[in-house]
Amino acid sequence: MEYVIEMLNIRKEFGTFVANDNITLQLQKGEIHALLGENGAGKSTLMNVLFGLYQPEGGEIRVRGKKVDIANPNVANDLGIGMVHQHFMLVENFSVTENIILGSEPTKYGITNKKDAAKKVQALSEQYGLNVDPYAIIEDISVGMQQRVEILKTLYRGAEILIFDEPTASLTPQEITELIQIMKRLIAEGKSIILITHKLKEIMDVSDRVTVIRKGQGIGTVITAETNPNDLASLMVGRQVEFTTVKGQAFPGEEILDIKDLVVQDYRGIEKVKRLNLNVRKGEIVGIAGIDGNGQSELIEAITGLRKVKSGTIFINGKDVTNMKPRKVTEAGVGHIPQDRHKHGLVLDFPVGHNISLQTYYTKPISKSGIIDYNKINEKALQIIKDFDVRTQGPGELARSLSGGNQQKAIIGREVDRDPDLLIAALPTRGLDVGAIEFIHSRLIEQRDNGKAVLLISFELDEVMNVSDRIAVIHDGEIVDIVTPETTSEQQLGLLMAGHTDNKKTQDLTKKGEDQHVE
Amino acid sequence: MSNRATNLLVPIISVILGLLVGAVIMLVSGYSPVEGYAALWNGIFGDMYTIGETIRQITPYLLAGLAVAFAFRSGLFNIGVEGQLIVGWFAAAYVGVAVELPKIIHLPLAIIAAAVAGALWGFVPGLLKAKFHVHEVIVTIMMNYIALHVTNALIRTVSDGGDRTESIFASASLRSEFLENLTEFSRLHFGIIIALVMVGVMWFILEKTTLGFELKAVGFNQNASQYAGMNVNKNIILAMVISGAFAGLGGAMEALGTFEYVSSKGGFTGIGFDGIAVALLGMNTPLGVIFGATLFGSLKYGALNMPNAAGIPIEIVEIVIAVIIFFVASGYIIRLLLLRASAKKKEAK
Ligand SMILES: Nc1ncnc2c1ncn2[C@@H]1O[C@H](COP(=O)(O)OP(=O)(O)OP(=O)(O)O)[C@@H](O)[C@H]1O
Ligand SMILES: [Mg+2]
Repeated sequence: MEYVIEMLNIRKEFGTFVANDNITLQLQKGEIHALLGENGAGKSTLMNVLFGLYQPEGGEIRVRGKKVDIANPNVANDLGIGMVHQHFMLVENFSVTENIILGSEPTKYGITNKKDAAKKVQALSEQYGLNVDPYAIIEDISVGMQQRVEILKTLYRGAEILIFDEPTASLTPQEITELIQIMKRLIAEGKSIILITHKLKEIMDVSDRVTVIRKGQGIGTVITAETNPNDLASLMVGRQVEFTTVKGQAFPGEEILDIKDLVVQDYRGIEKVKRLNLNVRKGEIVGIAGIDGNGQSELIEAITGLRKVKSGTIFINGKDVTNMKPRKVTEAGVGHIPQDRHKHGLVLDFPVGHNISLQTYYTKPISKSGIIDYNKINEKALQIIKDFDVRTQGPGELARSLSGGNQQKAIIGREVDRDPDLLIAALPTRGLDVGAIEFIHSRLIEQRDNGKAVLLISFELDEVMNVSDRIAVIHDGEIVDIVTPETTSEQQLGLLMAGHTDNKKTQDLTKKGEDQHVE
Repeated sequence: MSNRATNLLVPIISVILGLLVGAVIMLVSGYSPVEGYAALWNGIFGDMYTIGETIRQITPYLLAGLAVAFAFRSGLFNIGVEGQLIVGWFAAAYVGVAVELPKIIHLPLAIIAAAVAGALWGFVPGLLKAKFHVHEVIVTIMMNYIALHVTNALIRTVSDGGDRTESIFASASLRSEFLENLTEFSRLHFGIIIALVMVGVMWFILEKTTLGFELKAVGFNQNASQYAGMNVNKNIILAMVISGAFAGLGGAMEALGTFEYVSSKGGFTGIGFDGIAVALLGMNTPLGVIFGATLFGSLKYGALNMPNAAGIPIEIVEIVIAVIIFFVASGYIIRLLLLRASAKKKEAK
């Protein structure tokens, strides 16, 4: 068997902590090789070693049979290895082409030659069906498109081996389908792929083989066709796992959140939320189902005080909080798991402990008359690290060095632990492993059972269906229907999300089509 | 290699490397490095007088360094420390000559005047940044020129067309007979105590208070700070005000300690700009600023002795000093080399 990449007995330490302990991964030419493991198992670390971002303390790497020393990402590039990172690395206000040539700008008589580069980008984009406009500016294009720019970047540099670190975590279901097609096309063109994902279904669908790691240790490699999701999960966790969340009946009480005729504009002044009405009661979970970009972000930002409301009112616990400062909204009893954990959720250069007290640092018992008692911050952090199984070396570790999933667990722990009357959870399980997802779902349900209100925003239909008591379907800035999961199928939900309501189907459909064209 | 060992080794190796390269420069220009460095050493530690003068020189560097570091920790680049220091200098001197009061009132009043003047000079760029997103670097540079020319004009007015004010009343002076006697009548004054207290104040604000927590959060990530309910604009303004107050105090050291007057200036004092280097050398931490200011102040003052004692022209002296500071500032290169070396060793095992 021909291996394009062999990582043999790789060991990577961070100080005294061993993130990779004797891991072996062998990639065959032309295969999609999945890498599976819990949050913090060491997947990203292993791939960063292969990409030359980290130097291993032990083991060896062979590329096409030859032992190599990948001292930095340039060496990786030269060896034909490209990586699409968990968090994109693009310059927001540069064009697609500029981002792609960044670091290896082609020159003609000493002047950067963008035109030829753009042509090459266009050609590559067509070859692999990526549909990327070389002249578009990064901040104007969707997340899915940005990811394809990252893919183009690796192809432009001649990558034969592509590493994808959780590429589907930030994508909508439609975009995921497209990405899978793109990966298949890459394989057909002779590339080889290493894919990290927590979604067992995706692994079963696209991969040829799976390498499993657990707590930094290599567990083994299995052939996808000879395994099933349950076995994979047990291999990953090290014991038998239950997948079903137990959820009893809801007993909703009085209204906690009441939104009336809400209108919100985005930063360009375009109305994204249009006379929206919604309420969430004590003891229920309301899920918002919708395609990304239909006003969900603006709605959450308006409720939490991060964005100005144009008109309409928002009541929480009977108190008018319309256009109040975020702190007042928080103090009115709102918790918020934000959609973008790096932008809003965490101060990455703060220790985990500081981040866990990010909203409570000024309150008793943590601080008195403006003086912070850091022992209290540590105590709180230790408790949440334990309760929510945040895998970290301790409250003093920088949030930046936590694995993506553990960063997310720290945020969820912080927000749930404050026990808010209304918990707004935007894509709460993005990037979490299967076990953690079940755990978070059960914590959301527990909040509900304790008489709290939960507003869940998610792009994943099965999450919305499994966790919510009522589902509000958002389309083009309006709640077009409210349904219960028991009486609705995923297909019906999908149609509603696309704007097919009984009274105004075709009209809205054509409109949506136009909108997408403009994007 | 342990982290602590690297942290200790890096500055030492950097200084030694800087000294070596400095020696080479003196050699190729035909001067004796041994004599040169002996003169430098004597210029810093030669006798009690030079030690006193060195510490006096360190004092304003401490405060200028604190000012830059404090703003930096809040994510702001305060290049206006120079101007804030100049207005602080003037304000302290003005209060010092304008009235005569009991010392217990007069001295604190003059010091506070300097801090307030500096704070005000920091407030303007802070406000513009917070409300209109004008970059603080541009505004603070402009504020430096305004400070220079406005104080010059004010000095002329106050001194009836002269180019310096009267000397301040003794009741506003930081001079200390005790310190002067101790150091063979150098100009060492009580300012060093104020500066060191301020190092403690900065540490306390950043490490102990909710204000410091917010300032650092805003410095790292404004979006997350806003999400967490912090008032980002208020924090930006406050950071510039506190930073400016530190700088203003630096001016008070010159007004009430070293010179006891203020004279009109043909150009900038340079202390504020050197404060940037002091802060960076000290990695923007309070203790680091002590290290940076000590290095800067000692070298600057000690170098004055090199032309006299070793006959090295002032231009060469300045190059040598710059080279030493350059090497200390590039400490991270040395850190990298050390890490590489220890990684190699591990591999070999
Ligand atoms: N730069 C670093 N410094 C210290 N520790 C680190 C660093 N990077 C990663 N770690 C630690 O190594 C472990 C593995 O992290 P890694 O990011 O590889 O996990 P992962 O398998 O990708 O998890 P996830 O699925 O959550 O992304 C984690 O416990 C993390 O805290
Ligand atoms: Mg990861």
